[in-house]
Amino acid sequence: MQKSLLINADKCTGCLQCEMACSYEHYGIFNPSKSRIRVFDFHNTGVKVPYTCTQCDEAWCLKACPVDAISIDLVTGAKVVSEDTCVGCKVCTIACPFGTINYVQDTGKVQKCDLCSGDPACATACPTEAITFVDADWTGLDRMREWADKLGNQASTN
Amino acid sequence: MSWAGKLLRVNLTKGTCKSEPLNMEWAKTYLGSRGLATKYFVDEVDPKVDPLSAENKIIWATGPLTGTMASTGGRFTVVTKGPLTGAIACSNSGGYLGAELKMAGWDMVIFEGKSPKPVYLYIEDDRAELVDATDLWGKTVWETEPAIKIKHQDPQIRVSCIGRAGENQVYFAAIVNDLHRAAGRSGVGAVMGSKNLKALAVRGTKGVGNIKNPKAFMAAVNAGKAVLAGHAVTGQGLPTYGTQVLMNVINEVGALPTRNHQDVQFDGAKDISAEAMAVERADGKSHLVTTQACFACTIACGRISQIDESHFTIENKPQYKNTSGGLEYEAAWALGAANGVNDLEALQYANMICNEDGFDPITFGATVGAVMEMYEMGVLTKEQLGIEAPFGSVKALCHFAEITAQGIGFGKEIALGSARLTAKYGQPDLSMSVKGQEFPAYDGRVIQGIGLAYATSNRGACHLRGYTIASEVLGIPVKTEPADTDGKPELVKAFQDATAAFDSAGLCIFTSFAWTLADVAPQLQAACGDEFTVDNLNLIGERIWNMERDFNNRAGFTSKDDKLPKRLMTEAAKTGPGKGTVSGLGKMLPQYYKIRGWDSDGQINADTRKRLGL
Repeated sequence: MQKSLLINADKCTGCLQCEMACSYEHYGIFNPSKSRIRVFDFHNTGVKVPYTCTQCDEAWCLKACPVDAISIDLVTGAKVVSEDTCVGCKVCTIACPFGTINYVQDTGKVQKCDLCSGDPACATACPTEAITFVDADWTGLDRMREWADKLGNQASTN
Repeated sequence: MSWAGKLLRVNLTKGTCKSEPLNMEWAKTYLGSRGLATKYFVDEVDPKVDPLSAENKIIWATGPLTGTMASTGGRFTVVTKGPLTGAIACSNSGGYLGAELKMAGWDMVIFEGKSPKPVYLYIEDDRAELVDATDLWGKTVWETEPAIKIKHQDPQIRVSCIGRAGENQVYFAAIVNDLHRAAGRSGVGAVMGSKNLKALAVRGTKGVGNIKNPKAFMAAVNAGKAVLAGHAVTGQGLPTYGTQVLMNVINEVGALPTRNHQDVQFDGAKDISAEAMAVERADGKSHLVTTQACFACTIACGRISQIDESHFTIENKPQYKNTSGGLEYEAAWALGAANGVNDLEALQYANMICNEDGFDPITFGATVGAVMEMYEMGVLTKEQLGIEAPFGSVKALCHFAEITAQGIGFGKEIALGSARLTAKYGQPDLSMSVKGQEFPAYDGRVIQGIGLAYATSNRGACHLRGYTIASEVLGIPVKTEPADTDGKPELVKAFQDATAAFDSAGLCIFTSFAWTLADVAPQLQAACGDEFTVDNLNLIGERIWNMERDFNNRAGFTSKDDKLPKRLMTEAAKTGPGKGTVSGLGKMLPQYYKIRGWDSDGQINADTRKRLGL
């Protein structure tokens, strides 16, 4: 069973534990500027949104790469950058419609979310379950349950 | 390690920025943030210095855990000599600025001298420069932060700055970071203003990577996070209700100072409580919009609210129609109960002005309370104030908030704070303050321990120097009776010393509802070194407390300044469980001095100095 990161922005408090967990997992350092997941804080509305790669099935980044540095992890489904192969041409960063693959000056390579080989550190670190790692076929399950509860249980008690 | 290992010294007179290695011997004995910055400060600054002169210095300091994944590890402290008090000023803030500074590779920034023209400091990792701020002078906090981001074409910059209150040297001006977090108390913002220093803007991309034992650190961090999540206060009360969870609780125990401490219960408390913030209004929305954590915080007590669009306070004022930070308990109390005002929307309006103009809502609200009492006595008139100002007047509160930072009309007088203002009008006993700084939101005559904590706090009245409310009201770590004076000196000392250690580590003091130093020690030991045992952290805390006290003593403070206003000593609480009580400070203070190892004048004994290595 493959799993997907499921993000519920309503639950995000903006603590950036996810960003630090990501940078620590990949670089052994606490550094949001090296994180592959970023939290955006829209202070005029109070909305905070964690955002990262959605692991497109037909990934623009993978198709655009001229040296085949991006491959699919067959277990997790993640699109993974091979640093040994990447030449830092940045074409993938242009191809990605979502901006979730980015160049890293320090390494001269690009980086993107690789689902931490199946145990995403961001989801583990999130204190409010704004980021969870769930069955890829059933990311809507919780929302379905909520509506089922509303339409079934709550309606019948009215 | 986990200290960055270097500090930035900025001479504003000469316009220079220099990197210095951090004194690691001091880092081991004073930890960081509050403790280490104060060590540098007392070593370099004459205690008699005029706080608003070029000879005063002002320091931004992070702790060893700032910028790490330790829960709440994003705190920083601003240390200077406070203009409100003339004592050591030490104001702590969260948000994201502290972590950004650490990630740029700096443990602290020391500003000295005075710039000939308005400037701000811009830090981009190792690079630091003073930038002309002439075009920013006169701008509010909310205008300054975006202006700096646009100027450098970098939305990821974090900004700590003053608004118009700091520029005009309002005695209780704050330094605001990330739009609505603040190093709020003692007038630290006025010191910035006196130096023509508008802001500190930072972009840090280096991160914090020099953890001594990363694996042990992550294990300790995760254990700490689990303790916070499992505790009733840090796992449920604060996340759900914010600090405002206290409004109804403190009112019920009869310790909610009301109408300038004339009363200890406020009939309007329920209207301005956390519960009221969550209620659906006539417009179909609730006041509370969402919660907000500071950097690395897994508690998330911060509140983000939105004023009812139809409320009279924000008519034709678009900048107040967006969501913004607040209300927190202290602000809701100071702007509300202290003045008898129960209009939640108006309190948030006044609170937003405090953030926008950059001043402390506690001292401001308490000063308005004193003004309202003097108005009701006939000492101050409508002609002097520009408005009728009885207790409970929403319009007067909002009017005063609007005119204070710019010193318009009577705003210039409010800008003095309650001690100077009441003295000026011949009513010094009406200032509800210690050492010139106003009380926070707990009545010090009903809850004996907090009264002693106020009287002996090194920065004037303050709840964040020894929050004995945890024990006396909430039963953490053990329940003590509010009315008891026995055992309170020991309780106060224990809280004061431990708090100094929490602050200096770079952690938020709210963790201490659930954590003791036994939860902090493993995190510090893994990050910094084995020597940071619980015993050593207590000793470090005690050392810091005495260092601050010593500075104040040398500045001229004596035991005579460890006192509470006449009202708390002679006017008994009229209602509530503590009805009939006054402060028993006289019974507690001698014992407190004794266990501190001080003489009867509050001066530190020679053997205490020796024991603490002062």
